Amino acid sequence: MSALSYAAPSTVQDAIGLLSGAKGIAKVMSGGTDLLVQMKMGRLKADLIVDTKKLPGIFGITESAGVFTIGAATSGAQLGEHEGLKAAWPGVVEAANLIGSTQVQGRASLAGNLCNASPAADSVPAMIAAGAVAVIVGPNGQREAPVETIVVGPGRTSLAKDEFILQFRLPARPARSSDAYLRFIPRTEMDIAVVGCGVSVTLDAQGVCTAARVALGAVAPTQVLVTAAANALIGHTLDTATLAAVDAAARAACNPITDKRGTIDFRIKIAGVLARRAAKIAYDRAGARA
Amino acid sequence: MSKHHVTATINGEPAEFLCETENTLLDALRDQLRLTGTKEGCGSGDCGACSVIVDGRLVCSCLMLAVEAEGKTIQTIEGIADGEKLHPVQQKFLEHAALQCGFCTPGFLVAAKALLDRNPDPTETEVRYWLAGNLCRCTGYDKIIRAVLDTAAEMRANA
Amino acid sequence: MTYVGNKADLKVVGTRPVRPDGVDKVTGRATFGADFNLPGQLVGKVLRSPHPHARIIKIDASRALALTGVKAVISAEDLPNIASEEAFVGEGPMNFRDLSRNCMARDKVLYEGHAVAALAATTEAIANAALALIDVTYEVLPFVIDVNEAMQPGAPLLDDNMYTANVEPKPTAPSNIAKRVHFKKGDVAAGFAKADVIVSGTYNTEAVHQAYIEPHAALATANADGQCTIWASSQGHFMIRAYVAKLLGIEIANLRVIPAEIGGGFGGKTVVYLEPLALALAQKSGRPVKMVMSREEVFRASGPTSGASMDVKIGATKDGIITAISSEMRFQAGAFPGSPVQPACMCAFAMYDLENVEVTGYDVISNRPKVAAYRAPGAPIGSFASESAIDELADKLGMDPIVLRQKNAVNQGSKTHYGVTFPEIGYEQVLAATKAHPHWSAPLGPNQGRGVATGFWFNIGGESSAAVHINEDGSVSVATGSPDIGGSRASMAMMAAEVLGIPVDNVRAIVADTASIGFTHVTGGSRVTYATGMATVQAAQNVVADLKKRAAMIWDISPDAVDWKDGEAVPAGANAGGFDPLPLAAIALKAGRTGGPIGSEVSVNAQGAGPGFGAHICDVEVDPETGYVTVLRYTAVQDVGRAIHPSYVEGQIQGGAVQGIGWALNEEYIYNAKGSMDNAGFLDYRVPVASDLPMIDAVLVEVPNPRHPFGLRGVGEVPIVPPLAAVANAVSHAIGIRMHDLPLSPPTICAAIDAKG
Repeated sequence: MSALSYAAPSTVQDAIGLLSGAKGIAKVMSGGTDLLVQMKMGRLKADLIVDTKKLPGIFGITESAGVFTIGAATSGAQLGEHEGLKAAWPGVVEAANLIGSTQVQGRASLAGNLCNASPAADSVPAMIAAGAVAVIVGPNGQREAPVETIVVGPGRTSLAKDEFILQFRLPARPARSSDAYLRFIPRTEMDIAVVGCGVSVTLDAQGVCTAARVALGAVAPTQVLVTAAANALIGHTLDTATLAAVDAAARAACNPITDKRGTIDFRIKIAGVLARRAAKIAYDRAGARA
Repeated sequence: MSKHHVTATINGEPAEFLCETENTLLDALRDQLRLTGTKEGCGSGDCGACSVIVDGRLVCSCLMLAVEAEGKTIQTIEGIADGEKLHPVQQKFLEHAALQCGFCTPGFLVAAKALLDRNPDPTETEVRYWLAGNLCRCTGYDKIIRAVLDTAAEMRANA
Repeated sequence: MTYVGNKADLKVVGTRPVRPDGVDKVTGRATFGADFNLPGQLVGKVLRSPHPHARIIKIDASRALALTGVKAVISAEDLPNIASEEAFVGEGPMNFRDLSRNCMARDKVLYEGHAVAALAATTEAIANAALALIDVTYEVLPFVIDVNEAMQPGAPLLDDNMYTANVEPKPTAPSNIAKRVHFKKGDVAAGFAKADVIVSGTYNTEAVHQAYIEPHAALATANADGQCTIWASSQGHFMIRAYVAKLLGIEIANLRVIPAEIGGGFGGKTVVYLEPLALALAQKSGRPVKMVMSREEVFRASGPTSGASMDVKIGATKDGIITAISSEMRFQAGAFPGSPVQPACMCAFAMYDLENVEVTGYDVISNRPKVAAYRAPGAPIGSFASESAIDELADKLGMDPIVLRQKNAVNQGSKTHYGVTFPEIGYEQVLAATKAHPHWSAPLGPNQGRGVATGFWFNIGGESSAAVHINEDGSVSVATGSPDIGGSRASMAMMAAEVLGIPVDNVRAIVADTASIGFTHVTGGSRVTYATGMATVQAAQNVVADLKKRAAMIWDISPDAVDWKDGEAVPAGANAGGFDPLPLAAIALKAGRTGGPIGSEVSVNAQGAGPGFGAHICDVEVDPETGYVTVLRYTAVQDVGRAIHPSYVEGQIQGGAVQGIGWALNEEYIYNAKGSMDNAGFLDYRVPVASDLPMIDAVLVEVPNPRHPFGLRGVGEVPIVPPLAAVANAVSHAIGIRMHDLPLSPPTICAAIDAKG
């Protein structure tokens, strides 16, 4: 009866071969917490599932010269238990830990959250703000791409049919540098972000911002890297005028829709509020990492 | 497409079953293994009634393919007690009247046990957030939270 | 025999033993609706309408039937065409014609998710594949979702033959308004003329779902001799028997319904959806058929409760005496008549001793799923409007809102606007306890607000049956016909133990199937502990009388000379003779020689349920930039008559309060422009989660109901009545803006704050 195949290859080459040779729709699965729901609800009819979890390098967190390499299928729970990662990238970890419940945290991964290509994915604005790079494997070998280039529209990525993400890299952190992620949901837990905002900053000894990245989620068809908001931070301490400028830049970057989770006006307003609040947390954290 | 043959350790016993690719672990537990203590409330990971522990991690069995269970160690509500001796959290749920209809109860107990396995002294806030993925519509959560906190206190006292 | 006056004498009632079904439920052994299986069973599935309103032109199942493994397909043509007939077996009046057409659409589909056909197949995968092979031809019709729009002339009509009932003269044109209800006392115009202060406003609520965690499930068999069995979880297996027998034309004696454990109902499992379809498919296929709803089906096709639009106007003197209330309440019924607008009109103002009041209600159909009962049906909705308006009145008068209520509170002897004169009630005691609670005077911080609201539910009695049997070893079995939805086995065992004077652990209570105990009405309306409890108490009393008779026989003295004390027969006095006490177990051992087995089954139609009142205090903090509401503290005070098992009474209050908090803050049916529900899942239908809430302080006030042996009142419904207004009043105070529309979701609050500037 069933036409759906499953494979859990143990080498990257086998995985790529399966994807290249697949007839019909092949889906790459890591945690599966989005994929299984889509199949159950009938929104996705796949012919082949390629489970990545037996691939070498797909799990785990390593650090070398300040650069963190994170296996694509590493679960949110594992990220939250890694003290080194949490200290260096608290915003990335808190964003990943906001995906779903404790149960979902046991399975959900950064790669799945990214490649599900929902504009509301929690980890993605934080990863973009962090300047994270995806390590992509495919028939032509390995390539790297900034996270913000992966999602091209709701449910669509820039990955080829026979490509998938093996790892992510987070760049080395200078001193007085940190990040933060905030999302707005109507409850305390279990909701999809109405708006999400990741901010990563580096400060000088006087508390003036020397580098910044700001990214928004759920306010446009894809996550938005808000350069204007980052520019509003760079060269400034977090005074009232800077906060107002960040708020305005974030709002200006929004192109949201009204749906069951929020209205256009509400989303735009909240984007500004979250950008301000996340910037404050990121500044405070960065200042504490002198 | 032939069925997958899966071998796993379930509640300390070797278990095997056959499944289709689209079957979830929840389907296999309930329909193949007749472990019906694990409940389906939503099928989308939003209610926690199907919570089980896989290789030490709390997961929703509706969000895991049955075929992925190959070689895994799985604990379900049926394996929480030590034979006829209830786990302290089961006993505390009874004493605190932390269940009304009892449908969400297996999921809460498995989730609470997973919490206490790794955090013997959780705060009320930690318990509430850990259990946020388990919906209960009867109790308003009050007595559930009290039962888990009291279990933790008793287990610490007896440790 | 009454125990009301002597609480100190009670040994079991008022204690907190472990419930008899507890271990089953913490070990996963308890069997709920979807946990039953039979050899050879088929999987049943329902094909549902994608349209909110359409005429069914043709249903062609030939492609589905051609699929290997498909054993039967049914549509309305395979079921009896049921004539209009009112019945009362569930939690409200039910028209069998509507019930039949709600279970399976006939001629027209009236809401998205309406059942059009059902099938049975050998596997779930085949059943799902076959659904897609049933070809239905629809003529799509215009639809209407909103209640006020549905009332307008020219609105799309769901039923061309519906003329508003209870309107004189009879309307000349059909409409979507099924019924008008009207209550009037005194002279409202004269009352408003006497008022120094008048508040008025329009309040709106959205449809919300009971959201029990267990989806509907049923397993049915039909034998060649016509005898049928259904295993299902519900709030009343006798209700299932009555409805299915009627819908399928089965003699009641040929249908046995076996109750599964029920995973929550809250009123939503007082009707049938799958049960008649599963049995019809079993009849057609000759195999057992099991059907389980998905969560999405539960939302789209099983009963939510009404959303409503309500106008309230209240006049009062400057010292806080209410001079007049007028109100109009317009309730969504869903696709068929039957909204709880009438109890809403009654309950919303029942807390106030009023001279002049006029309330009009409209029961309005639209292209939504047919509403089902939800905990105190109608009362939370109506009371949201009335208790918000009372709060606004208190603000305007500059008066403590509890004091305002105390000045106008009903008491014993007060005559309500719907004609009933209250017996002993505990509203004044509840208000006094609420005012005295430290919560009421605790300080508040910035952006925080406090709200209070009160609520009323009639509580009901009705038909119940219970049997008490003394086993050979002196242990006791209690069987009732009431599904145990939240601990009723415990309360039945406790009441029987109290009467018998034995430890509760010697009593085991079960829920008996329809062939094993007398008729018992649904578990709902806060009736089970009262009415089924009364049957249990009477059966236990009969058993005690019998035990005394047996002891008299053993001692060879007159039964009048025997007393029953602490589980033993004792001589009534020195003149009765110097016999050693005869424990229950000793009498049980000799039952064979004194007349045979000892037991009693009692069926009652219990009257005299004690009305229930509660008051809730809620503190919130509102984030002024996002509109996010945090519930900081919550206290729920209620007159429970007497708590049999205080933990489960507290649990009812805590659970009801939290359902009400969800209703107030985030729960709603969201419809898109196509008339389709946009949030049919727990992801976006946002029930409260554990981290959203503080502890809920449940305060039990005990004003005994003299018409029950232990003085109890129903407790399950009242706690969901006050929260909607208590939360809204708290939010209104926190932001300084009166909020009129539920849910108070962040975008709504944000918009209100921004509009004020």
